[in-house]
Amino acid sequence: MSIEVRNITHIYNKGLPQESVALKDVSFTVEDGEFLGIIGHTGSGKSTLLQHLDGLLKPDEGQILIGDVDITAPKVSLLAVRRQIGLVFQYPEYQLFDETVAADVAFGPRNLGLGQEEIDERVRESLSMVGLDYEKIKDKSPFDFSGGQKRRIAMAGVLAMRPRVLILDEPTAGLDPRAHRDVLNMIRAYHKSQADSIIILVSHNMNDIAEYADRVLVMDKGQVRMHGTPKEVFARSAELREIGLDIPDLADLAEKLLARGLHVPKDAFTIPEMAQAIAMQLRGGKTDPAAEGGEDA
Amino acid sequence: MDDIVRMEHVTFTYPATDVKESFNALNDLTLSIEKGSFVAVIGQNGSGKSTMAKLVNALLLPGEGTVWVNGYDTRDEAHLWDVRQSAGMVFQNPDNQIVSSIVEDDVAFGPENLGVEPAEIRRRVDEALEAVGMTAFRKNAPHLLSGGQKQRIAIAGAIAMRPQCIVFDEPTAMLDPKGRKEVMRIIRQLHAEGITCILITHFMEEAAQADRIVILNDGRIYMDGTPREIFTDRDSLMALGLDVPMAVDLSYQLHDLGVDLPAGIVEEEELIEALCPSK
Repeated sequence: MSIEVRNITHIYNKGLPQESVALKDVSFTVEDGEFLGIIGHTGSGKSTLLQHLDGLLKPDEGQILIGDVDITAPKVSLLAVRRQIGLVFQYPEYQLFDETVAADVAFGPRNLGLGQEEIDERVRESLSMVGLDYEKIKDKSPFDFSGGQKRRIAMAGVLAMRPRVLILDEPTAGLDPRAHRDVLNMIRAYHKSQADSIIILVSHNMNDIAEYADRVLVMDKGQVRMHGTPKEVFARSAELREIGLDIPDLADLAEKLLARGLHVPKDAFTIPEMAQAIAMQLRGGKTDPAAEGGEDA
Repeated sequence: MDDIVRMEHVTFTYPATDVKESFNALNDLTLSIEKGSFVAVIGQNGSGKSTMAKLVNALLLPGEGTVWVNGYDTRDEAHLWDVRQSAGMVFQNPDNQIVSSIVEDDVAFGPENLGVEPAEIRRRVDEALEAVGMTAFRKNAPHLLSGGQKQRIAIAGAIAMRPQCIVFDEPTAMLDPKGRKEVMRIIRQLHAEGITCILITHFMEEAAQADRIVILNDGRIYMDGTPREIFTDRDSLMALGLDVPMAVDLSYQLHDLGVDLPAGIVEEEELIEALCPSK
């Protein structure tokens, strides 16, 4: 199932003095199985775009095709579409509501009309997917947990729907470094466990986008400014900075090392990759005699 | 040594509620913050950082032990406003701390509540907006500003109180890269002007800009030292699930790959200099 966004425009307060164009002629495609990162400064149109993908907002112009369903068509049933799309809002823990963890996570699957056995299995599975122990926590109140754990429970509620498209808006905001990594790894694990599922991750963290996304969509002033692989997008550092964004720390380091003549790749987006690349360059012996060996010079 | 904040044997317990058992957010914490310093406080979610911040502003009072701010015991109600005026606060979500529909009214809110003379308020508001680079927006509506701009307004509101100390509780968590840089630049500038800055953050690159880092764990001090002392002890940080700045991590991994680097690299520039010395 792919997503095709065709020339959508969205205007808030149309016809009123405070009219503002939130999206302007936005087009892009997300392929089956793709992990798409969306970046853009505050007010660039990211959140408005996400709300269109879930059918929460309708565009003033343009179409959105999810699979073969045009979700922007008049009188289209969004129910079938929403069953396939899971949206994790910012601070999803504020949306926990039920008396027990198990009941809260079961809410979505129950609304899908699944049988009790299937619901139980999904609740177990999604809680374990977010790293929580079903037996230990199922009967506890979801409010009885720390912020990071609450967020996992809220995410489990969305995963239990087994969405084909999982959309996450800043899922790591305010988490400590370990929880931050755990959440991203959970998203990746979900992506791998569901064949051909699509992940759409909105984040201000360029390091995460570079490391996790297959492709990156850059929004600016309601328009698509760039769309490509992390390597392609983050090579345009000057343009990104101009629109209030940045490049990943490692890409920034690579630029500075390249400027000093050390030939490291600009798209080594994890520390082990970059360490390998630097070590190899140094062993090449061209720049610095510090490294021992030099056998592969 | 002159301390702006002194906490002695402070324990703080959140009481049990219908859905939550009582728990100690701070356990016998003793900590002093020197006047004019820039201290970063890091730690996992639930380690007691935000509770500590609220104790400095007398939003919370210690269950056991004592908190002094600028010499005032925070439990002394007669000096509550002296405490709050000494230590301002800036929170994570800018939307939750804007009270007015015009930027300059919002900045004036604090001094007005202190009963400051109108002419003096005018002066303070102008200075505060100047300090955060938002003078041009003084007549704007705050809710139409970007996250970074709103956070600068919140900081201006704190500055207008003329505090000796400002506690920033994850002020950049919701900001885009540009907004984060703006806010960090202002914090460094306030510190340079002599205001004590206490910065709670999950971003290690931000913590590395402070003079001193305090790591909390389970409501106690786990480590306390300069960024260099803290970040070169990578194993202790990793054990707590915290990160180290990119340059530190990369240096360790390079070392494991047999690249000989000087010890104690924390900043990106130091790593670059070690790898490709400028002649």
